[in-house]
Amino acid sequence: MSLIDVRDLARTFVVRRRNGALTRSRSEVRAVHDLTFSIGAGEMVGYIGPNGAGKSTTIKMLTGILVPSSGRLRVAELEPSRQRTELARRIGVVFGQRTTLWWDLPLRDSFELLQKIYRVDAARHRRNLEEYVELLDLGDLLDTPVRQLSLGQRMRGDITAALLHDPEILYLDEPTIGLDVISKGRLREFLRTLNAERGTTLMLTTHDLQDIEALCDRVIVIDHGTAVFDGPLGDLHHRGESRRTLVVDLVDEAPPIAVPGAETRKVEGPRQWLTFPAGASAAPIVAAVAASYDVADLSIQEPDIEDVIRQIYAGG
Amino acid sequence: MGDALAAYVAIARLWVRSSLEYPASFWAMTVGSLLSTGIDFVGIWVMFSHLTTYGGFDLRQMGFLYGTSQLAIGLADLVVGNVERIGMQIRLGRLDAMMSKPVPLLVQICADQFALRRIARIVQGGGVLIWAGWAVDWTPARAGVLVSMLACGGVIFFGLFVSFSCVQFWTADASEFSNAFTYGGASLLEYPLSVFPKQVALGLTFILPIAFANWYPSLFILGKHDTTGLPHWLELASPVAALVMILVTSTAWRFGVRHYTSTGS
Repeated sequence: MSLIDVRDLARTFVVRRRNGALTRSRSEVRAVHDLTFSIGAGEMVGYIGPNGAGKSTTIKMLTGILVPSSGRLRVAELEPSRQRTELARRIGVVFGQRTTLWWDLPLRDSFELLQKIYRVDAARHRRNLEEYVELLDLGDLLDTPVRQLSLGQRMRGDITAALLHDPEILYLDEPTIGLDVISKGRLREFLRTLNAERGTTLMLTTHDLQDIEALCDRVIVIDHGTAVFDGPLGDLHHRGESRRTLVVDLVDEAPPIAVPGAETRKVEGPRQWLTFPAGASAAPIVAAVAASYDVADLSIQEPDIEDVIRQIYAGG
Repeated sequence: MGDALAAYVAIARLWVRSSLEYPASFWAMTVGSLLSTGIDFVGIWVMFSHLTTYGGFDLRQMGFLYGTSQLAIGLADLVVGNVERIGMQIRLGRLDAMMSKPVPLLVQICADQFALRRIARIVQGGGVLIWAGWAVDWTPARAGVLVSMLACGGVIFFGLFVSFSCVQFWTADASEFSNAFTYGGASLLEYPLSVFPKQVALGLTFILPIAFANWYPSLFILGKHDTTGLPHWLELASPVAALVMILVTSTAWRFGVRHYTSTGS
């Protein structure tokens, strides 16, 4: 029995548009349709897609916030929209761009309130709090008002808040948005530990392919309201044949660089863009470029999600 | 029910502490609330320097109506008044976060930004009521009706606050619309219903049943007779009105939540 079971799920919204001074037209928009997938306990799944693809709508149905228009939906054997408060005890939700912490009060107060709301017994609350404070390095911050925390600190606070009641499933919506590289890395490591040690099932939506690479064994790509890919990330790269980009700044302008394994896509004065398959190592290409040209600087760009998805269509 | 209440108290307490982080602002707001509600009764007082009775009511009896109407709206305003902010909560996406917590949504919305300064209206209305109640010829039955009136009055206004706020599930923000019925309705109740045209009295009895929050039970307590020609037993019918209000409100609320469409992301 899977933990999350979605079958032929659909959600339409009615949109009213003004045509003139008095006339209005009414149309239906399918935010999600024919969506089917299931997620087992302990999986870490990336749920990705371009803006407006239906990611948030899906998460809102999974948490019971939105009522589906049709289809079958079970989370932990509950029907989310009808058993929303019961389900709430078993899941945790983190919305990357807004906090659920008390702005003017120390972090500690928000955590204490959650203990009361979720009715977590005092000993378990203390144990969990100690563990997460240690893992997420929040010790010095517990008595700081939330408004004085940095974005990364607040995100760690929000994640702790979502985990204090030991949820079986954790939904993360853009958890690393706006964080610096070090904070991102620590957060990913924490989530991996959480999954390994507690078996928490993770479902995350993100625009950062590196989040997915670091965390998810499985990716579901949604576009125009339905799943267009469901499988391991490696297959996604392979299938889409996505490419990484090497940006080379030469000391002087030069004709397009020619090195084996890479294609030069664009030249703009001394700067050139070379692409190569995402699966290949950058090292031999960098070495070849450096050996034959006078290089001032180099950088590598990972393929972004929009690119990968575009490639899925291009590749059929 | 007990859990919901405990959650309400826990959330409200945190908001009070949060507002005390800015003590100057807290006290300024509280004093402001006291003054702005108090000015109402001063108006009635001034009116009575030219009159001895108004609609068959003397100043103390007017004080009785005033005090009971303020207590009814004041209780509801303190406990559930914040439900009016639901449109704003929806726009900020905060409703989604509340819906992912294991506490009934209504409890969370009402407790959100709980403002202790709203107690000003209750203190002030209570003060006037004690002064006015001095002159009442109390019997056990009248005391019983007073207690029932205060409870039912609170419930009736609670229902109005919540029912009219449900509109905001569709309109995003229409708190002024519900204000017209809640605070507006309460100001009508400061005056004897007998001074209004009969249609108003009928409307406030059978359509927007706020007359049960103070007018009818007050007639019983003050030993007065209704001059609008409506039946006598209405004086004791407040619990029925409160019950109907609860039914209508819970239906409207459930309908609203099921049709909630959330915001973009």
